[in-house]
Amino acid sequence: MLSETFTVIHPSGFHARPTKIFVHAATQYNCKVSLIKGSKKVNGKSSLGLLSLGLAKGDEVALEVDGEREEEALRELGGLLSKIYEE
Amino acid sequence: MSQQLTGIAASPGIAIAKAFRYAHAVAEAPERAEVADASAEAERFRAAVARSKTEIDAIREATERRLGAAKAEIFEAHLMLLDDPDLVDAVLEQIANESVNAEYALHEVTAMIVEMLRGMDSEMLRERAADVLDVSGRVMSHLQGRAYATLSGITEETVIVAQDLTPSDTAQLDLDYVRGFVTEIGSRTSHSAIMARSLELPAIVGAGKAAAGVPHGATIVLDANEGRIVVDPSAEELAAFRAKKEAYDARTAELKRLASEPSVSADGVHVELAANIGGVEDVAKALENGADGVGLFRTEFLYMGRSSLPTEEEQYETYRHVLAKMNGKRVVIRTLDIGGDKELPYLALPKESNPFLGLRAVRFCLSREDVFRTQLRALLRASTAGKLNIMFPMIAVASELRQAKALLAEERAKLAREGVPVADDIEVGIMIEIPAAALNADYLAKEVDFFSIGTNDLIQYTMAADRMNDAVSYLYQPYHPSVLRLVRMVIRAAEREGKWTGMCGEMAGDLTAIPLLLGLGLGEFSMSASSVLPARELIGRLSRQEWAGLAEEALQLGTQEEVKQFVEQRSLV
Repeated sequence: MLSETFTVIHPSGFHARPTKIFVHAATQYNCKVSLIKGSKKVNGKSSLGLLSLGLAKGDEVALEVDGEREEEALRELGGLLSKIYEE
Repeated sequence: MSQQLTGIAASPGIAIAKAFRYAHAVAEAPERAEVADASAEAERFRAAVARSKTEIDAIREATERRLGAAKAEIFEAHLMLLDDPDLVDAVLEQIANESVNAEYALHEVTAMIVEMLRGMDSEMLRERAADVLDVSGRVMSHLQGRAYATLSGITEETVIVAQDLTPSDTAQLDLDYVRGFVTEIGSRTSHSAIMARSLELPAIVGAGKAAAGVPHGATIVLDANEGRIVVDPSAEELAAFRAKKEAYDARTAELKRLASEPSVSADGVHVELAANIGGVEDVAKALENGADGVGLFRTEFLYMGRSSLPTEEEQYETYRHVLAKMNGKRVVIRTLDIGGDKELPYLALPKESNPFLGLRAVRFCLSREDVFRTQLRALLRASTAGKLNIMFPMIAVASELRQAKALLAEERAKLAREGVPVADDIEVGIMIEIPAAALNADYLAKEVDFFSIGTNDLIQYTMAADRMNDAVSYLYQPYHPSVLRLVRMVIRAAEREGKWTGMCGEMAGDLTAIPLLLGLGLGEFSMSASSVLPARELIGRLSRQEWAGLAEEALQLGTQEEVKQFVEQRSLV
């Protein structure tokens, strides 16, 4: 299992579009993907789970990947957490 | 008798048409029923989901054709909801575990998700509950064997009145007939409000239960500039609103036309009308309003609202994004201006008894080279994405400028050694906001590419009056001859060295100040995006040459009141 913390920089936080892109990317991996903010841990392949974290600009979120190609998943999905999306 | 309602002005404009009442079938909680064959029930649910997906995909395609890919994205999110384990699997599990009917399971799961989203402390996320309800309502309609309500098929001019409009509703509005809408619930950040603004459709949201009483077919006036709704207006009211609508529409059309025009005075002098931004989120508005560039990007917002310093990578991502979006137009990025009234708790800076005269802006950055170098590196790396200008704030003396430039040169050299490309046309300038710098501008001008006058602080320091203190707010006098003479001194000093001068305080977008600033020879005016088009319209009516003479006259006056009167009598504002 690998884990790393990222800071959200997208101005309006993780709403529909970034969530969609993240979940889409996460579901391409067979490994388990989890996101943790504070004491809350959700399935990174569920857009509702991700939305329920309420990630806002400036929030720190831990990404946990466990299984096949976890290093690649950590790199790609971590980049998506700390990214500015086109509006 | 006409009836008056009020709500939140969500998207500007005035609409006058017949009210069209629109409602989704009331989603009453479905009865809980045991089913004999749970796997057949699961199959029935899967079929309803599949049919919903087909419909949503058709709406997505139609929206993409009509409004573009960005507006259609919401439906991709909807399609994902219909694949989401937290929604679909949860319903299937409940059907399997409890041998319960699909309608009931869907209702239960939906209610739980909606409750969770509505409990979030972000408005944006609370709004996502509307997406879940939209998608779930559609699946429910298939389970119950009825059609999901739709707004397509309206054939006369109407103002829609509804409790709320879902994303699939707004995507299907026929703009040939729909003139605006009113909803009972919602806020400025609701999906429906955002959509109305991008469709340029007048809209009032959050009008409350009273909106439910608007009769279908009644004449309705929507003054979405003020959030006013008039139902069954009298003949006089109707005439007044028609006149108001005509004037507003004409003005809007004129400003819209100006958005793609150059900023040029009546006698042919080109100036730059730029926008002030606080982050990526403001760029779209700057472009919509036809800004010629960004004259001030306040980077302190990157450092605020978080618990640690932004990394070089995060800053690079932000600067690169802004430069690319501005597509080759000039972007003046001001380095960190912290201190004064802007604190960063995680830096734990010592309390100062006089923070506006203390360790702020470039003074702080020079005392914390690590923080400053990170920002400079991020700026240099981003420079290849567009036309970058770097601006140092709060320069009082030349040695500060030299130190800042030396650090910039060191970081540039390091990047060159690392093989990282950096643009070679980056202009470096300073803000003039301290009277000492204004008075010494002829000396400083030799070492910069440009000046930008920060009037908010320049006025406060010239008058020795805290602009946050109401007791001395009368001393905040942008048109005072003392301030104007400093402005002239700065512009002249730059001219002698062949450099340009801009202004990025509130004064730059002030319609009373603009004629004087144009006359004094200001080259760039940076203001809030919404001021750009009115400023462009005004400058188009002013002769630079004439105002060069008038400005000299105005500067001979003794008080702000005299100057104000002098300008207003002559500029036809």
